[in-house]
Amino acid sequence: MFPGALNSEYSHELQFVSSVHPIPTYQVMDTDGRVLDTANEPQVTKEEACTIYRNMLTLNAMDQVLYEAQRQGRISFYMTSFGEEALIGSAAALDAKDVVFGQYREAGVLLQRGFTLPQFMNQCFSNEKDLGKGRQMPIHYGSKALHFQTISSPLATQIPQAAGAAYALRREGSKQCAICYFGEGAASEGDFHAGLNMAATLGCPVIFYCRNNGYAISTPSIEQYRGDGIASRGLGYGIDTIRVDGNDIWAIYAATRAARKIAVEQNKPVLIEAMTYRISHHSTSDDSSAYRSKKEVEDWNKRDNPVSRMRAWLEHRGWWAPGDDAEISKSAKADVLAAFAAAEKLKKPATHHLFEDVYDELPPNLEREKAEIDELLKKYPDYYQVNDFARK
Amino acid sequence: MLRAASTRWLRCVSLTGTTARRAGRVCGRASYSAAVESSVEPIRGLELGVGHSKLLLRSVAAVRSNSELQAVGVAEGETSKMNMCQAINDALRLAMSSDSSAVVFGEDVAFGGVFRCSVGLADEFGTERIFNTPLTEQGIAGFAIGLASMGHTAVAEIQFADYILPAFDQISNEAAKYRYRSGNEFNVGGMTIRAPCAAVGHGALYHSQSPEALFAHVPGLKVVVPRSAVQAKGLLLAAIRDRNPTLVFEPKILYRSAVEQVPVADYVLPLGRAEILRPGKDITVVGYGSQIYALENAIQMVERDMPGVSCELIDLRTILPYDAETVAESVNKTGRLVVAHEAPRIQGFASELAAEIQERCFLRLESPIERVCGLSVPHPLMFERLYMPCAVRTYEAIKRSLNF
Repeated sequence: MFPGALNSEYSHELQFVSSVHPIPTYQVMDTDGRVLDTANEPQVTKEEACTIYRNMLTLNAMDQVLYEAQRQGRISFYMTSFGEEALIGSAAALDAKDVVFGQYREAGVLLQRGFTLPQFMNQCFSNEKDLGKGRQMPIHYGSKALHFQTISSPLATQIPQAAGAAYALRREGSKQCAICYFGEGAASEGDFHAGLNMAATLGCPVIFYCRNNGYAISTPSIEQYRGDGIASRGLGYGIDTIRVDGNDIWAIYAATRAARKIAVEQNKPVLIEAMTYRISHHSTSDDSSAYRSKKEVEDWNKRDNPVSRMRAWLEHRGWWAPGDDAEISKSAKADVLAAFAAAEKLKKPATHHLFEDVYDELPPNLEREKAEIDELLKKYPDYYQVNDFARK
Repeated sequence: MLRAASTRWLRCVSLTGTTARRAGRVCGRASYSAAVESSVEPIRGLELGVGHSKLLLRSVAAVRSNSELQAVGVAEGETSKMNMCQAINDALRLAMSSDSSAVVFGEDVAFGGVFRCSVGLADEFGTERIFNTPLTEQGIAGFAIGLASMGHTAVAEIQFADYILPAFDQISNEAAKYRYRSGNEFNVGGMTIRAPCAAVGHGALYHSQSPEALFAHVPGLKVVVPRSAVQAKGLLLAAIRDRNPTLVFEPKILYRSAVEQVPVADYVLPLGRAEILRPGKDITVVGYGSQIYALENAIQMVERDMPGVSCELIDLRTILPYDAETVAESVNKTGRLVVAHEAPRIQGFASELAAEIQERCFLRLESPIERVCGLSVPHPLMFERLYMPCAVRTYEAIKRSLNF
């Protein structure tokens, strides 16, 4: 046969292939938290499951506080994860040293990895303790210690990067993989196609995780693509692919564990398409009532909520009492507020951070620009509000 | 400062867009955007920014007496109070009404766009002529090229200038060279790309950039940056009708804040021509876009502190091809030049203009040409005030030049 399609056979029927059967959506439990096939019962301890659930509630509490804080002008921007909390299941299925490339709505992954509330708050306030040194907008988290590469606003750029990082992991023989999160909108970017194709051809241990939440800002998925979701593209690139119910945390958990095994053992990429619904506005800059009905959002939230599904599952297992929720939510909110208050009091990062890290060392042109700014800061301290910045 | 604290981001930011209506900065110390007291040095007594600018055509009388609007025949006609966003909307409507081949497209434009520049157009012209695209800037630019290559008029929106770079190949290798490489068999003159650019106070690295110099390095393109509502309407219509691929970078901070009486008639303002906004005899100060208002303030400070000094302010308006003639004529009169832009200093457009003017006016220059630019670092959130080529830095540069 031809070198470009080695497994194709000749046919004498003039036929265009326009569709294959839609890829099924893997589910472990129903919307009431009941496991549908006992063979799929999650293999987790009570402690593991309760930790995951607590993180879902903490994520909700953090989102509520920071969303309101943005409305009040206390931070400049925020993005919530309402409706997409089950993403935490993917983080729970990974090894702590697997490398994460996020898009921007992956705070739950960081929470599960151990990013602390003060670390979240310091980043959102861009204060002197922000690991990113106050340079990026809120929610652009990153942590070398937690193997979570710093968020960048441009979309889909992380997808080929994750393939490259996975290739490095493969060369190191570390038996780690990379995971790359992105939305169904970002999958329209050229970088998506480049990244998947490179990962497939070069044998990269990377899990591509598409959060298909139905909207790219205002653009519904029906205007974003015409094929069978994003999953069908994985097959086109020769990548093992699964579609999961993205509101079913145990489906996500199981699929990610299995994907990780394939990636690490066979040095291959895997594509997971997690179907969910963006309850949140795109961001604090967006008012989604301009392009979708509030009823649509409310109906989704009631009908299929990842948090209540997980709680129901815990209750069926007898691992969670109906009263526990209020108590955990209350303490989570108190923890969030304490971290918030502490972060708000801190100063902006010291002004020398303005010039550092552009390069590993300050080049001569930046030395000159720095000298000019330092002089202005001395000359006009009130205009530049120098007291708002930390000294060192 | 804008009312809404925001961003896309991640295609996130509608920095002035949908949320402006409901943002309401209620309380809190808003540490990321604390306003400067007008009592501090060296501002002392001045109200800064576009909101207080004397350069805007705020009254009908100002429109009537504007010589450029007179020249294009719309100074005497009906006007309407519009902000820059509304003026752009008006220009798009006129472009579509007057040219049945014209289509408008981009990410999220169908419901009005994240900045609301295309609001109402889908109802008026239908979804075949104004439509959402998938989220791919290279696709949007290539699609526009294809339409234009067929003689159609394509007006594409890139949601943020920061996100135009995936389209750089299509724009610089394809659109810019289409006419030349085909021996003028083909051209994509009907193609226009609009993109919101520049700083707003909280956009940080990826919702603040001014990439005009990247495109100004590409022969075959035209690059335009408007400063106000009247300008944006006339320049955008000119860009759409110009027979060359044209990029219009719209300083997004001006969408809501630059309010003028705008002629409701169809009119175009000339591409490639600068405008002298304020005559002066001692020094020439050149900029474009939202930077014009920082320059206006700097001049006010200089003239306050140095009685008798007068500064000539020029808005370049088109970055490529740019009007070196008007600037050279001015510098031959004043002998001094300050060039300013928000983009980083290193390899910025100011370097090109400074080189051109020192060639043309070498014997007339009385001091080194000063460049007042963004710092040569990525656009930093918490350090934006230090990064910006603000009125204070421009004021210092003008004084340095005058005292040389």
